[in-house]
Amino acid sequence: MSVVTNTTTIGAIELPSRRNTELLLLGFAVVIPIFAYANVGLAIHGELPPGMFLYGLGLGALAGVAHLVVRRYAKYADPLLLPIATLLNGLGLVLIWRLDQSERLQNLAKRQFGLFTESAPRQMLYTALAIALFSVVLLVLKDHRVLQRFTYISMAAALVLLILPVVPGLGADVFGAKIWISVGGFSIQPGEFAKIVIAIFFAGYLMVKRDALALASRRFMGLYLPRGRDLGPILMIWAMSLLVLVFENDLGTSLLFFGMFVIMLYVATERTSWIVIGLLMSIGGAVVVGATASHVKARVTAWLDPFDCYSTSGACEQVGQSIMSFGSGGVLGAGWGQGNSDLIGFAANSDFIFSTVGEELGLAGVMAFLLLYGLIIERGVRTALAARDPFGKLFAIGLSGAFALQIFVVAGGVMGLIPLTGMTMPFLASGGSSVLANWVLIAILIRISDTARRPAPAPAPSPDSEMTQVVRPS
Amino acid sequence: MNKPLRRISLFCGLLVLALLVRTNWLQYVQAEELSTRKENRRVQIAQYATQRGNIIVKGGAPITGSATTDGSDYKYKRTYTDGPLWAPVTGYASQAFGSTQLESLEDGILTGNDDRLFFDRTVGMFTGEKKQGGNVVTTLNPAAQKAAFEKLGDKVGAVAAIDPRTGAILALVSTPSYDPSSFAGNSKNDEKAWVSLKDSQDKKLVNRALRETYPPGSTFKVVTAAAALENSVVTDINAPTDTPEPYILPGTKTPMVNHASGCEKASLNKALEVSCNSVFANVGDKVGRDNMVKTAEKFGFNDDKIDTPVRAFSSVYDKTMSRDGNAQSSIGQFNTAATPLQMAMVTSAIANDGKLMKPYMVDQLTAPNLDVIEKHEPQEMSRPLSAANAQKLQQMMVNVVEKGTGDKAKIKDVTVGGKTGTAQHGEKNAKRPYAWFISYAENPDGSSPVAVAVVVEDSDASREDISGGGLAAPVAKAVMEAVLKSNKG
Repeated sequence: MSVVTNTTTIGAIELPSRRNTELLLLGFAVVIPIFAYANVGLAIHGELPPGMFLYGLGLGALAGVAHLVVRRYAKYADPLLLPIATLLNGLGLVLIWRLDQSERLQNLAKRQFGLFTESAPRQMLYTALAIALFSVVLLVLKDHRVLQRFTYISMAAALVLLILPVVPGLGADVFGAKIWISVGGFSIQPGEFAKIVIAIFFAGYLMVKRDALALASRRFMGLYLPRGRDLGPILMIWAMSLLVLVFENDLGTSLLFFGMFVIMLYVATERTSWIVIGLLMSIGGAVVVGATASHVKARVTAWLDPFDCYSTSGACEQVGQSIMSFGSGGVLGAGWGQGNSDLIGFAANSDFIFSTVGEELGLAGVMAFLLLYGLIIERGVRTALAARDPFGKLFAIGLSGAFALQIFVVAGGVMGLIPLTGMTMPFLASGGSSVLANWVLIAILIRISDTARRPAPAPAPSPDSEMTQVVRPS
Repeated sequence: MNKPLRRISLFCGLLVLALLVRTNWLQYVQAEELSTRKENRRVQIAQYATQRGNIIVKGGAPITGSATTDGSDYKYKRTYTDGPLWAPVTGYASQAFGSTQLESLEDGILTGNDDRLFFDRTVGMFTGEKKQGGNVVTTLNPAAQKAAFEKLGDKVGAVAAIDPRTGAILALVSTPSYDPSSFAGNSKNDEKAWVSLKDSQDKKLVNRALRETYPPGSTFKVVTAAAALENSVVTDINAPTDTPEPYILPGTKTPMVNHASGCEKASLNKALEVSCNSVFANVGDKVGRDNMVKTAEKFGFNDDKIDTPVRAFSSVYDKTMSRDGNAQSSIGQFNTAATPLQMAMVTSAIANDGKLMKPYMVDQLTAPNLDVIEKHEPQEMSRPLSAANAQKLQQMMVNVVEKGTGDKAKIKDVTVGGKTGTAQHGEKNAKRPYAWFISYAENPDGSSPVAVAVVVEDSDASREDISGGGLAAPVAKAVMEAVLKSNKG
């Protein structure tokens, strides 16, 4: 570990717990979505939404429970993570409810499935479940270092989670991507959970192997190249990501895992060569897959010029519609409930939910959302910096890095910055797995930051310090 | 481990920064382009999100409407009262197939998005009133329009009628017509109707009154007569001309065929009465190509910017043709082509003592609360001939109706001037000819309230010049009577 002067970590002086700051921010995080909710109701139906009071109360109660759990079990946790996640989740609920009101989407659902079901109540339920899970994680996980013990079990679990969607009979092919499994009528996206589980494995594994990976290397062209046998793990992860990509048609998840691994490897070994190797491998993989898999190829074409193939390719139409949503929003947006982002049709309230933000809240709103996500990432990285143990550092940076990559890949995809991949915007998009997994992620970051900021136990007084006499020869 | 951590944090910052730059690019730099792309259905959605204003005819009756739809994309849909009757005026506004003519040109007013309605919109924002479109008040006379449409019946043809005193368009009919209501929406049925209209053999979607040119045939002889009088080739309309029989086209050995008798050395007046080809070819040749072009252009030929505000096609009088071509063109054959509106303009200039008024059909644009935003002031377009010459020409045209080929247009107790025409077309003139009739009626005080041009395509007309009088004149008569009657009552 480097010896940068660090005032936030170790110290016997008790730091302010910042719980009251958190409570105040939480107040805003609950009130803002309630106003947004009222705004949508007034814009679409000309009246306040019927369940407004109840929903507001529900969101407030959930936030209150989360706050109390943090106050009791993670007193020194970072004060920003919980309010920002609550705000994003609350606004996500409003966005989903707003898209539920869209006649266009209702008709589309009726045409495709014969009936239309509202997503917002289900999402509210998932949010409640997620807060419950959040509380359980904080209650059970008293110290994140416990997870070190499950390093290899985590690896196995992550592999199983990743493979599940391709198991015949269990996996569900939805619009070309095999990333869902359906169990008892519920669709679950195991990849969302795998993200966290695999971070445990990476952190545990790298903590042990970091010295070997960092030191046993040869210098070549200014880079420290690892030994051949140390390349094993990264090759395996790379191959796994490619397999995910090829068999599940899921560019996003594959990118996410590989990126997360490279980030953690770099942090663990402090060797730039890993970044270079990682980049080369991902470029190589991307080129090969991009040239062969038709699914990926269509998305690359759509990314290059969505309007060139607009009328002929569904992928192009989606991206084109999404970009036009952003463009039509302009600087200030159309206003809650007054846009036409539902023209995207497909996955408007999940993969493409950010387009609704773009159209209805405009440039100002999109920037605000991006900065909120940026803040979560920043608090995550800060937690990693502040953590006192290498496992915690690696775990925190892995989770934050993955979070950042996910934001980039999803938002960049719908904005036409990079080819579109099927992933969900954390906290905004409709979908239980995503909400549950991301609240767990927040819970873990809160736990690590609590451990980091907790005052170090006062050094135990040495029982014989005073008794010991220095005997000097006289 | 903190050094790489800081670098990773920088990297994450860059990722977010890239997204921030991208959203600025999309939502600020490219916003205008993206929000108005042709693929962007928001444009049409906005167009039909409010109740569209109406197009109104003389007397205050709207000929359009707006109905709520049960589709989720567009809240309102355009409807038309008597769609086929008024289609040449309104054009169409279809959710799926775009809009044309007045519906397209005055879209800003009709949707309420025009800058001049900004104040109304702002007031509406505070009073909570829904945005509404303004109205377009036209000059069209419903009685005249109906008379023309009914008289044309199932014949293929067109009628244009103008008030010579102001240039106000009174009737604009094209048959067979279409009902713009039938494809105003975006359903399967709308598409079916649209496709069948678009591919129809008889070109139902074409506005023949403004957007189709025909050889004007003998009706063009009034233009030749005007040129002859203006250029002093003829000064006395009753003096015999030096036209031989048969008249050989200059520079050729082709004789100009007459369908009438008594054309040898006939006076201009007599020649118009019985429609002598030889006399007018001779006179047109004497006026010369360039002077013919000059007069024709003063009447509006060769002008591709006749905006009523719906732009009419340019009528043609060839500027570069040979001498014999000019002689043939002087009787409305060869390269000469005119829209019905153009021939109505010619008639109106003669009836208005030589002054051609700019034709127009939008009288007023009004705000939703009926405040007038814009009012059309009649404008003089040109003076193709002097008042004295115009009166001579009027005398000749009255003579045609009283004694000559145009007797079917006679109205009791009203002075009517007219001219028939039959235009040959097709290779070797094999196709069935077009029957034309142009005419005007006079008030007792000598001013003229209506000039009308009628063309009937594909009729079973014989080549005889009389056919214009037989087929087209009754239509013109009905229009003139309708205008006179509505002016009285």
